[in-house]
Amino acid sequence: MAQFKLIVNGETRTVEADPNMPLLWVLRDLLGLTGTKYGCGMSQCGTCTVHLNSAPIRTCMFPVSAAANQSITTIEGLSPTGDHPLQVTWREMDVPQCGYCQGGQIMSAAALLQSNPEPTDEDIDAAMTGNICRCGTYLRIKAAIKLAAQRGAAQ
Amino acid sequence: MSAESTQLNRRAFLKLSTAVGGGLMLGFRWGAAEVVPAKPATFKPNAFLRIAPSGSVTLLNQNPEIGQGIKTAFPMIIGEELDVDWADVVIEQAPLDTEAYERQVAAGSGAIRTTYQTLREAGASARALLVAAAAQQWGVAPQSCRTAKSVVTHPPSGRSLTYGELADAAGKLPLPRSVTLKSTKDFSLLGTRVRGTDVPKIVTGEQRYGIDTKTPGMLYGAITNPPEHGQKLGSVDDTAALKVPGVVKVVSWPDKVCVLATHTYAAFLGKDALKIEWEAAAVRESTARLSQAFADAIANGSGEHRRRVGNVERALDGADRVIEATYEVPFLPHAPMEPINMYADVKADSVHLLGPMQTPANARQLTSQLTGLPETKITTEMTRIGGGFGRRLKTDFVEDAVQASRLAGTPVNIVWKREEEMIGGNFRPAALYHYRAGIDSQGRLIAWHLKSASITGRGAIVPTNFPNGAVPHFQVDNHRVRSAITTAAWRSPNHNVCAMLDQSFLEEVGYALGKEPLAFRLELLRQAETDPYGNINYEPARLRGVLEEVAKMADWGNPPAGRFQGIAAHYSHHSYVAQVAEVSVTEGNLEVHKVYCAADCGQVINLSGAENQCQGGIIDGIGAAWFGDMPIVDGASANTNFHTYRLIRMNEVPEIETKFLKTDYPPTGLGEPALPPASAAVANAIFAATGVRIRKLPFNANDLAG
Ligand code: FES
Ligand code: FES
Repeated sequence: MAQFKLIVNGETRTVEADPNMPLLWVLRDLLGLTGTKYGCGMSQCGTCTVHLNSAPIRTCMFPVSAAANQSITTIEGLSPTGDHPLQVTWREMDVPQCGYCQGGQIMSAAALLQSNPEPTDEDIDAAMTGNICRCGTYLRIKAAIKLAAQRGAAQ
Repeated sequence: MSAESTQLNRRAFLKLSTAVGGGLMLGFRWGAAEVVPAKPATFKPNAFLRIAPSGSVTLLNQNPEIGQGIKTAFPMIIGEELDVDWADVVIEQAPLDTEAYERQVAAGSGAIRTTYQTLREAGASARALLVAAAAQQWGVAPQSCRTAKSVVTHPPSGRSLTYGELADAAGKLPLPRSVTLKSTKDFSLLGTRVRGTDVPKIVTGEQRYGIDTKTPGMLYGAITNPPEHGQKLGSVDDTAALKVPGVVKVVSWPDKVCVLATHTYAAFLGKDALKIEWEAAAVRESTARLSQAFADAIANGSGEHRRRVGNVERALDGADRVIEATYEVPFLPHAPMEPINMYADVKADSVHLLGPMQTPANARQLTSQLTGLPETKITTEMTRIGGGFGRRLKTDFVEDAVQASRLAGTPVNIVWKREEEMIGGNFRPAALYHYRAGIDSQGRLIAWHLKSASITGRGAIVPTNFPNGAVPHFQVDNHRVRSAITTAAWRSPNHNVCAMLDQSFLEEVGYALGKEPLAFRLELLRQAETDPYGNINYEPARLRGVLEEVAKMADWGNPPAGRFQGIAAHYSHHSYVAQVAEVSVTEGNLEVHKVYCAADCGQVINLSGAENQCQGGIIDGIGAAWFGDMPIVDGASANTNFHTYRLIRMNEVPEIETKFLKTDYPPTGLGEPALPPASAAVANAIFAATGVRIRKLPFNANDLAG
């Protein structure tokens, strides 16, 4: 057990944990941030995606010790007002079905748009294939990303 | 359909109550009609419509949302008849009076169909009360009043009052004896696009699911199932598990072990540290053994006739030609994105259950048996569900939570690691299908015989599928093989594979006869329509309608260069869906470019939701058929997580174009019916592209290089 300082959604939080404890469970069970979801535990589904210093990571296999003193953004902290361009297009296009995968989808998409504001279809596919949607909302996810990118480019 | 006046002879559905804070409060009961008590005296509403003096319209109910959008669709139906401004509508989860609020079974596409009329009547009754209140105030005839957007107007005098202003007075009037329902052509809300109620919470991560539950003193529980199907629990050595920091207790009951800890990670580590002796299963199960057993059963067994029209054996004996083919499908887990989990708090005199359960009544009954407490002491609370696909109709995971909480003496939230779901059974059953078709000397299809073998009692078959009704001698038999592997309904049960098999074999027959696939189907449907053989449960004209529509949409027969088309149509859950898939196969690699979908599901409620359901069903249907496999080797599931259990991903998904036929039929669901024809259309397109007939699922187990 050791103490770790994490900067989560802009706030400094201190946790007592096994250094190997995946960040996923630190966020969910120790810090109560349940927007980051468990789906597979082996970096296969993307439901547990957050940003570490603005790069997307799969928290289910990411030890808390490797995130110490760094900045973590979860779906709860993506936008203080819930108005990230992707959250807006996600609402407009009524993307979710069961909704369970959607936080991870949005986090992966947000990281994509940050590094590549005008992605091609192939770029979107490449960035999003790590995120499974069991309900099959892929077409709306893609459309919502494209709409947000278009609006970003128009500004 | 013209405006219909409904006598509220089913008065048992409606009841006026006193609303806290004033206004109009109308209680009603939805769900299957048979759950409505015959005597109004014993009637208890399970949902409430409240119109507050502020003008807000609230719908209160306990309604589990699993992703099919019923939480938004149901209020839309009420709102249509009420002439409400959709912006005023608030949907609230009811408090935990489960006895009053519970729907019997929150399953499947049936939900909308059974509830449509009730919801319309509830909305129309509330509207009638508001109109009556306005008319009384103005001293005019109710018939001279109009309603729109939450306002009652009296056009001759130009007066108007909002629903909020009328709510108090309306709440004191007697219920109308009869109400007039709108004509479908006057619908202004139904059939439009309305966004899902919970979407704002989902996109910010606020939405809670069962797995997110945490209460004071609660422990997280990691469940261990037998690693091989049919094994029994022997001894448990939990010494190492209890040394894991955070692990509090290890409990077990027949054939399950649960490690309880202060956080999920410790529970998982503790689970991995268990040393368990398992007693061997009576038969060490495997896909190979079952395939053989299925083949033997079909070859030797008599089977149970699930359908028999004419005399198939004699017809086949006398046939000019017999075409036959054998198809095989694998086990399939459900893999909902939210892993299996359940919360239980078992106390000496009460139990609270909370989580993603779809059959709360069964859960309560089971809990009563397990604890000895009467059902009245057991409360249930349904969370939003992260996908189910049939898995959560079962209650095995409820038992896990109840046992763990009972044995540990604390509230628990149990979770199955993803691997446990794949290991733990409750699969769509594997099955073998042997088809024979008899052709007479004039080249007509005169006999259709399907013999299937599987491990469920009634078989993995749908004996009533088309071409039933179009063939004079028609028989479907099931041969049961016993297995320790457990099964569960899988989205669009049995239809999900049978559509593909029936529609594929039908094409095999068509090709053998030199018939064009669409023309062959239409010819058979004409037969079923004008002069059906035996009883049929579908309307051939509606199936023909979707086929003709999709052929138009896809420009059937003229695929874009380099692409090949396949077609399929299927009737299930009272809806009719036809699809055309466009594929190409390059060096054995399949690409599905586009799927056209024509659906007749009666009145569309929420166009946005309906479209989402169709896309989801098509993608799921194609994904499961393309990649879905669960081989059983040496007693155990060979695929244990998403690295080997492949699900379809974004780059593999086709473009989809959906059209809903305008019909006057009441709504029938879409969560399931769009799925079955998808794999059939793709399989038929693969044949068109390669000449390879898919007879074994998944697609990727076949060599498409030809
Ligand atoms: S839970 Fe992390 S990728 Fe699936
Ligand atoms: S919306 Fe259900 S898994 Fe994506």
